[in-house]
Amino acid sequence: MKKDKEREQKQEEQNRILLQGNEACVRGALMAGCRFYAGYPITPATEITEVMARELPKVGGVFIQMEDEIASLGAVIGASLAGAKSMTATSGPGFSLMQEHIGYACMAEVPCVVVNVMRAGPSTGLPTQPSQGDVMQARWGTHGDHSIVVLSPSSVYEFFELTIQAFNLSERYRTPTILLADQIVAHMREGIVLPSKEDIEIEDRPQPTVPPEWHIPYGDPGTGVPPMPAFGEGYRYHVTGLHHDLRGYPTTRKEEVESLMRRLFSKISNDLERLQWFDSFYTEDAVITVIAYGCVARAGMQAVKEARAKGLKVGLLKLKVLWPFMRRTVTTILDSSQKVLVPEMNVGHISREVKRVNQGNCEILTLNKIDGTPITPAEILETLEEVYP
Amino acid sequence: MRETSHLVHKYLRPTMRFPHIWCPGCGIGIFMHALIRIIDRIGYSKDDVVLVSGIGCSGRLPVYVDFNTLHTTHGRALTFATGIKLAKPRLKVITIMGDGDGVSIGGNHLIHAARRNVEIASFIINNQVYGMTGGQCSPTTPYGARTTSSPYGNPEAAFDVSRLVEAAGATFVGRTTVYHTTLLDRLIEKALTKNGFAMVEVIAQCVIYAGRWLGLASPAEMMAWQRDNSVTVEKAKELNETELAGKTIIGVLADRERPTYNEECTKLRTQELKV
Repeated sequence: MKKDKEREQKQEEQNRILLQGNEACVRGALMAGCRFYAGYPITPATEITEVMARELPKVGGVFIQMEDEIASLGAVIGASLAGAKSMTATSGPGFSLMQEHIGYACMAEVPCVVVNVMRAGPSTGLPTQPSQGDVMQARWGTHGDHSIVVLSPSSVYEFFELTIQAFNLSERYRTPTILLADQIVAHMREGIVLPSKEDIEIEDRPQPTVPPEWHIPYGDPGTGVPPMPAFGEGYRYHVTGLHHDLRGYPTTRKEEVESLMRRLFSKISNDLERLQWFDSFYTEDAVITVIAYGCVARAGMQAVKEARAKGLKVGLLKLKVLWPFMRRTVTTILDSSQKVLVPEMNVGHISREVKRVNQGNCEILTLNKIDGTPITPAEILETLEEVYP
Repeated sequence: MRETSHLVHKYLRPTMRFPHIWCPGCGIGIFMHALIRIIDRIGYSKDDVVLVSGIGCSGRLPVYVDFNTLHTTHGRALTFATGIKLAKPRLKVITIMGDGDGVSIGGNHLIHAARRNVEIASFIINNQVYGMTGGQCSPTTPYGARTTSSPYGNPEAAFDVSRLVEAAGATFVGRTTVYHTTLLDRLIEKALTKNGFAMVEVIAQCVIYAGRWLGLASPAEMMAWQRDNSVTVEKAKELNETELAGKTIIGVLADRERPTYNEECTKLRTQELKV
């Protein structure tokens, strides 16, 4: 037994590799089955494009550098309609340009993954420095009411893992999924052990089980997610960004518009229980809980450890899903803690949501930094000590 | 008539709610008929044809026909088409754009698609006006023309779409009007069968809006105008600059060979890759 364990450990050490966050993202995408990538260079996401250019042809995939970010996401959606799992990556300014096609992918229900490595904005901002200023843009950036799935990694391994999950969710719900990383997680290098492909669960978009003449392209099979045959497989149908009826044809009839909108929302909101992804540390007896995500969750973890060493009962809730907001998970914390501290590298995006779901039992405190430098463990610890009852 | 009936039953979607949205006398229908006629003549399987369009009057074309059809965003049809063709090279990918759509908001995508040489047959239906939004001037509206957004005359010069795309490197460029139906058929066939990026500029009448500033009140008058103001490439060679002023040169403007993006991808796959 002991020998087996030793061998296992040795094996694990041999498999350990040093990866940059952006590289881990590409590894995750390839493992998830990504076979099409279209991108445009932008700091601090460029490495994803570069590594994709190198790796995709080796696995029979297609890489293309497009003329801008709008075109990149357009090509990604096209490739996805043709059946390929597809992805693009960018940062703030490019993410702004992509909003048009994020809305299109929501409306036409085309699975795709968009990585946004956040840098400080607005506008050109601070290209090489971190921020979390795009949380609300990821939620509401494209025009019109829509639902969206947004994940946020806080380590190199999580960037790998959540990229796979982003593909799975986009395929499961036929919706664009956004990976909101930040410059620190993307550029940081960590030693990680990648799982083998057999240990990873991969999901594919639902396929029709009926012949083409029976297939209703935008009908609800009960899950809210219509089966999606690829172009060229005999299921000829119409795809549009206009409001459409069950066959995909444009409509302005209010019953049809309403039922489409309701389905687009409910296919995700009905499944919220499956989207409660978080890590919690010392939250059981915590008087104050830190709620954080991305690189700030790392500083939060360190601060909580140091505070515990000083005898303070504090804990950490690390969010991996930002949207749809994990109301149940956060409410549990709000019920058990006296105070909640939400440190963020923006003027308060997630803290606003935490306040929204708070029933008044808990005091919500914020710690916001918008100067392009990361929030440090010392800053979080200082605040915790200051407000500790 | 029998041929038309055959095409209607074979290619128009029986489940689609007709009538179509185009105004009586619009030139887009003539193009749609020609496109279907040629697809039928070549004999593509309907399952293998993908029709991609942008936004505007021309953007509504794909919904009526029984192929894999994709109505995209304003100006961006070529970007979606690029993704489709690269992800599934066996598909016949066709884009249909208007002049405001393809040349204004989509102008950058247009020149890059021509440069990149992904095998797409693209058609720009040039009616020299934004029709769907009510007759504003487009990048192909002639200088001085009065439109709803140039009430004192268009202060800008018009793009020559075909020359633009030719300069950007398209392997096939042709121009015709919807009056010249034989040429229209010939150019559609050449574009569809071209191994590379092909673009055909189809000059079509917008009777309602463009007809207004030309002072032409009926579709027949506008098509007669197309006839009288067009010169074939062959004939244009014999004419001097003064004689050519105000005339539209129609015919095959460029036809050349260059490796396509798909061929480059295949080349990559068959090589041992070393960085």
